[in-house]
Amino acid sequence: MIPLMHVILDVSEEAVKAGAREFQEVLEAKLRKEFLSEDVRILESANLGVSGRGVCLLVYPDEVYYGNLKPGDAARIVEQHFINGKPVEELFLGSPETRRLMEWRRKEGIIKKGRGRVVLDNVGAVDPESLSEYRSRDGFKALEEAVRNGTPEGVLETVKESGLRGRGGAGFPTGMKWEAVKDAPGDRKYVICNADEGEPGTFKDRILLEGDPFRILEAMALAGYATGAREGFVYVRGEYRTSIDRLENAIRLSRDAGYLGPNVLGSSFSFEVKVKEGAGAYICGEETALIESLEGKRGTPRLKPPYPTTEGLWGRPTVVNNVETLANVPPILRNGAAWFRQFGTERSPGTKIYLIIGHVVSPGLVEMETTTSLRELIYGFGGGIRGRRRLKAVQVGGSSGGIFDPSVLDEAMHFDALKEKGGILGSGSMLVMDETTCIVDMVHGILNFFLHESCGSCVPCRIGNERLVRAVNGFRTGSARMSDIDLLEEIASAMKVASYCALGQSPYLPLATAIRYFREEFAEHVNGKCRAGVCRFNVLKERQEAQRWMLAMSR
Amino acid sequence: MITFTLNGRPLSVTEGTTVLEAARGAGVEIPTLCHIEGLEGYGGCRVCMVEVEGSRTGCAPACTLETAPGMVVRTDSEAAFELRKAVLEMILAEHPADCFNCKHSGACRLHELAARHGLTKVPSGIERSGFPVDDSNPFFTLDPNRCILCGKCVRTCAEIQCSDVYTFADRGCRSSVAPGFGDLLADSRCVSCGSCVAACPTGALRPKDGSWSGAMYVDRRVRTVCSYCGVGCQLDLLVSGGRVVGALPADGPSNRGRLCVKGRFAHAFIGHPDRLTVPLVRRDGALVEATWDEALERVVRSLRSTVDRLGPDGAAGLASARCTNEENYLFQKLFRAGIGTNNVDHCARLCHASTVTGLAATLGSGAMTNSIDEIDLQDAILVTGSNTTETHPVIGTRIKRAARRGARLIVADPRRIDLAEEAEVYLPLKPGTNVALYNALACAILEEGLADREFIAERTEGYEEWAAAVRSCTPEKAAEVCGVDARDIRRAARIYAGARAAGIYYAMGVTQHTSGTAGVMSLSNLALACGKLGKPGCGINPLRGQNNVQGACDVGALPDVLPGYRKVSDPAARAAAAAVWGREPPSEPGLTVTEIVSAAESGRIGFLYIMGENPLVSDPDIGHVREALSAVDFLVVQDIFLTETAALADVVLPAACFAEKDGTFTNTERRVQRVRRAVPPPGRAREDLDILADLLERLGLPPADRSGAGVFAELARTAPQYAGMSWDRLEGGGLQWPCPSPDHPGTPILHAGRFTRGLGRFVPLAWSPPAEETDEEYPLVLTTGRNLYQYHTRTMTGREEGLSILAGEAYAELHPQAADRAGVRHGETLRLSTRRGSIELAARVSEGIRPDTVFVPFHYAQAAANILTGTALDPLAKIPELKVCSVRAERGNGRAPS
Ligand SMILES: Cc1cc2nc3c(=O)[nH]c(=O)nc-3n(C[C@H](O)[C@H](O)[C@H](O)COP(=O)(O)O)c2cc1C
Ligand code: SF4
Ligand code: SF4
Ligand code: SF4
Ligand code: SF4
Ligand code: FES
Ligand code: FES
Repeated sequence: MIPLMHVILDVSEEAVKAGAREFQEVLEAKLRKEFLSEDVRILESANLGVSGRGVCLLVYPDEVYYGNLKPGDAARIVEQHFINGKPVEELFLGSPETRRLMEWRRKEGIIKKGRGRVVLDNVGAVDPESLSEYRSRDGFKALEEAVRNGTPEGVLETVKESGLRGRGGAGFPTGMKWEAVKDAPGDRKYVICNADEGEPGTFKDRILLEGDPFRILEAMALAGYATGAREGFVYVRGEYRTSIDRLENAIRLSRDAGYLGPNVLGSSFSFEVKVKEGAGAYICGEETALIESLEGKRGTPRLKPPYPTTEGLWGRPTVVNNVETLANVPPILRNGAAWFRQFGTERSPGTKIYLIIGHVVSPGLVEMETTTSLRELIYGFGGGIRGRRRLKAVQVGGSSGGIFDPSVLDEAMHFDALKEKGGILGSGSMLVMDETTCIVDMVHGILNFFLHESCGSCVPCRIGNERLVRAVNGFRTGSARMSDIDLLEEIASAMKVASYCALGQSPYLPLATAIRYFREEFAEHVNGKCRAGVCRFNVLKERQEAQRWMLAMSR
Repeated sequence: MITFTLNGRPLSVTEGTTVLEAARGAGVEIPTLCHIEGLEGYGGCRVCMVEVEGSRTGCAPACTLETAPGMVVRTDSEAAFELRKAVLEMILAEHPADCFNCKHSGACRLHELAARHGLTKVPSGIERSGFPVDDSNPFFTLDPNRCILCGKCVRTCAEIQCSDVYTFADRGCRSSVAPGFGDLLADSRCVSCGSCVAACPTGALRPKDGSWSGAMYVDRRVRTVCSYCGVGCQLDLLVSGGRVVGALPADGPSNRGRLCVKGRFAHAFIGHPDRLTVPLVRRDGALVEATWDEALERVVRSLRSTVDRLGPDGAAGLASARCTNEENYLFQKLFRAGIGTNNVDHCARLCHASTVTGLAATLGSGAMTNSIDEIDLQDAILVTGSNTTETHPVIGTRIKRAARRGARLIVADPRRIDLAEEAEVYLPLKPGTNVALYNALACAILEEGLADREFIAERTEGYEEWAAAVRSCTPEKAAEVCGVDARDIRRAARIYAGARAAGIYYAMGVTQHTSGTAGVMSLSNLALACGKLGKPGCGINPLRGQNNVQGACDVGALPDVLPGYRKVSDPAARAAAAAVWGREPPSEPGLTVTEIVSAAESGRIGFLYIMGENPLVSDPDIGHVREALSAVDFLVVQDIFLTETAALADVVLPAACFAEKDGTFTNTERRVQRVRRAVPPPGRAREDLDILADLLERLGLPPADRSGAGVFAELARTAPQYAGMSWDRLEGGGLQWPCPSPDHPGTPILHAGRFTRGLGRFVPLAWSPPAEETDEEYPLVLTTGRNLYQYHTRTMTGREEGLSILAGEAYAELHPQAADRAGVRHGETLRLSTRRGSIELAARVSEGIRPDTVFVPFHYAQAAANILTGTALDPLAKIPELKVCSVRAERGNGRAPS
């Protein structure tokens, strides 16, 4: 039986501390009492995209957020909202701003089912552990159609026509990738789903894996069908316990039902999927390092070319696709390429899951068409800058993305966005910063991340990052000189040219854009000023002075 | 072919060539720190960056960049230079602050490149520090603080040496290279070959022998040949202040840049204080110092009186497989022409006499048929009776590498030797059952129709008779005799016969048996049946033990043949020798080593001259040898140390070691290579050649030209295989015999097109059990051999402290079951007894040996294995059965010798 409603309970550490489990108990008891246990399904998520709001609850299909709940509120929500259909406005999440935001979301149709929702439509709407629920929403239809009535060429053709581009960061056309694998000689080929998601703060792939695992399996099987691969691996970030469990469960159920395994749905096509736990390093998300790691070696990147499409896992042709990329595949095949192309731009068709984090009123993730501007994302979805402050900068595309000032707000966030300014869309994360942010300090944080994640096999990345961190730290502590601004760029640009893989090339963009848009701030630091008041170099300087003085006295 | 532009010049190279290879080929230098010649590009150091027109980032690393048609590359542009400089600057930033004052800097590649790019080290605050230094290996130090993580050691050890010692630990700037699982080097699988040390571009891996810290003061590098085994690796001795301070591998044809621990590090013996520096004569029972004149006169006088008393055959000489060709040639000439006896032999008797006899009979030549380099071509390899990685380490490594590249390896040996780990089929046969196994392999090949009919028809004789005999030797029967699985025998047969290029490698595990010659011949039968002879990558390859055992045989240090294996019984051969020597050698073959010992014991030898051998430890049944040596009236020993044997001598002549003389060695693949003098002999010691020429002169038979080149020229006139060689022609890689004329390029592959004896001959042979079979009293089989770290009787290696640390103590290897029955545990004292004597030594308990077998290395005088071994001889080659006798193992009561 399909439930009428889903409620997603925030079980993040924070929420549990605030009493989420106690609330859950009361809620469950109340539902039982009202004989609603079957109709209202409680799901758990460790990340609802909100934080600092105590016990939170997201109610589907109404998409209502409740926050700061007490166990006592459970009865009221069940009676007034679930039974009588009137959401309890007083318990809505957050401030009046949040409510305005939710109003906007409704108006924009983000919340309304269907529009613009290509990949996230099942998340929260189905029980991720139930195959029948997935099927009730057209799940496995595309695979069924393909193996019963279609051809590998046909599947490939549709994916190519759709113009789908990789969501893992590089935006490479998925159809072309599949075609390369299909055309590569060899009888053993593989499909890998890249679910390593190492980008700090990003969790879009996890939401998909936790909320809609069957879809990923269906997509992998379709990729295998189109390319001639018979085996697939999902390489999942080790911390994603729930994702792993749900995938394993989904594989078992799908196999039992004949969607995976030998002779899928009685056809001659066979496909097996295995889940592999990641090694816990950011670099293992890079496709060739991921492959090394899958092979049981130390996860360091391989030389490209040859690309995985010709020599991938165990030297065989291999498709490596991001989770979100794959999540697009079943709906494209069900509804056709033209349907998909009605969303987004000509060169970046479809939607994208954007993650808006940082100093916005309501951080979180949202799926929007690729025509959406940065302004809409920040002020619409994100509800604007919190606490009446002003927007200072946005880092577009994740840690290796450019750091821009508000002049770019009206750019649409498609794959080629900001290209002429050197930017990338990357994972689709937008880090929003208000005036309390010190750009120097924030760049330091990013560089520290790269330093920490460098695999160490090539010189420019291993040592370049160390030098960069040290040099930027000079600005934070007041020991930098004006010429160090150029030195930073010089090191980063040598790294960009000379590094072995994309990770070593990454610091250049954030650093170069930060210097381009906020050079003044770097200069101010040389003169002992941090306009955000974040860098404590004055204190250090004073301490140094004091030490020098004491030294002088003791002589 | 691809044409691209390099520094403005068009350049054509074959497809797949990297920019680095293309540039180096064209003589354009591109600096590298992580590249290893011959291996795939690694791309870690990024100092090889070159400018590539139109590429995405403008520059790319030359070592991993493949050339493409129309590519425009500049190595000399400012952009490329500046980028390389920036990368080097980063490396220096991470390098320890004391780098530019470091005393290692003279040999440091990083330092050199930095200087060339105008960089000096400025403290940067990110220097690597705090990594513990691994000092546990006796020969080199691993200091991760000076490491630039180029990965060369990791790849050299894994891909060239095939020992897989290092892994990368940790990540990012905390990465380091370290022996796997957090071990110290001393606890790792490291065999101290030093390849990683030679590869390291910094002081992170540095030898302890002083060649590194003193590298800037190295006066000379002298290219020569290692004196420790028959592989014949070329190396450079590093000379500083008149002393040899170290050695580095050279790109010789047999070693291709590799060395083993002995060649690389064991040089302490050269200038060792224990060296003999003055002649000694026995006076009133004691050895006292004498002048050369006095010593040599005494030798001549007693020689004359012996000949007067017993005739020329009352004198005998043991030549040396460690001395040069020139010296051995003069030595046998001394006996044949100077004294008039054929009583000259050397230790080859103890290792490969059966090879010489066996292969001469079946193929016509008793040497390795193919070249070491051909291992790289093989797709199947059969190793039997050879613990190659320990006894011929560089060949062992090359076989290991071949196996990893995909060659199918078959190992037949009683011990689970290192190579067994790489083998597709491992046959742990019982010692003394070789012939049964080889016959069974042949039987399986015939049964399955895998023989090479065409080859057999065209190039061999005696096939039918042999085939009829061998057909009854089924794998199933052999399985019982040898204690291995019949299915494995069949698998091995299929692999060997089915391969395109398959080589057989064997050593003393085949030859040192009463059935030694039969073993050799049955291997030869196997190769003949499959047509695996006379072609690249095939052949039957006896691995000769000592550095010049091949040469000593070639030049006639054998009782039955003159130089070039010409029979003493052949009048034409004698006449030819007489034409050069001025005196004709006797026609009767002389006595062999073992016969000399027996003859001496019974008083028939009055004068014995031993050059560079120590039979008192190396020969079977030592008790017997000691009696024999004492029975001789006059014993002359010429050596570099006062060995156990020299201590019994009447005259001791101090000689020169390999680093102190000019000459030639002939390695196991018949390659004659130049040995060059790096330092003078110590004190009043003299080159052996000089001593022998002096003696010949005193006997009235002065050589026409006493220089090394002159003696070699004389040798070339008597040994037909050497006829086309001269010292001048031997510069560089040397020449492989036969080389009949001055324009002949030498012969890497014997028997191509035609066997030396015409047709290859099949010889039917039945297996017969070893001379001594196990019984209730002596229930185990004793087998002897050598290990990696010691050489022969340790006169040289025993002086290398590091080697003693690694393997300084005598030990016996036995299976846990055998240990249980004897009541000893690992490390405790074991007593081994045979019908001839007993020794006590430490037990090394290992699963890698058959439960019915005990192994003892023969190097150690304190527990000499040869007290135990028997003197049963192979009837054909007179080689003693050192590889099997029956033994009893029990708990020792004394302490293990230390
Ligand atoms: C340092 C680094 C980290 C990466 N991490 C991820 C990741 O976590 N997940 C991912 O899907 N792709 C990641 N990528 C991109 C992958 O290499 C690869 O391009 C992607 O998986 C291809 O899938 P797509 O074509 O579907 O985008 C990373 C790349 C680099 C250079
Ligand atoms: S750039 Fe180099 S050190 Fe950095 S992650 Fe890539 S390969 Fe490793
Ligand atoms: S000395 Fe040889 S075996 Fe030892 S680590 Fe170095 S390369 Fe490997
Ligand atoms: S120890 Fe030497 S060879 Fe090994 S990685 Fe470090 S610098 Fe390179
Ligand atoms: S393999 Fe033999 S010749 Fe080569 S270095 Fe070792 S002992 Fe010397
Ligand atoms: S030599 Fe090319 S990267 Fe090191
Ligand atoms: S210069 Fe110091 S180790 Fe190389």
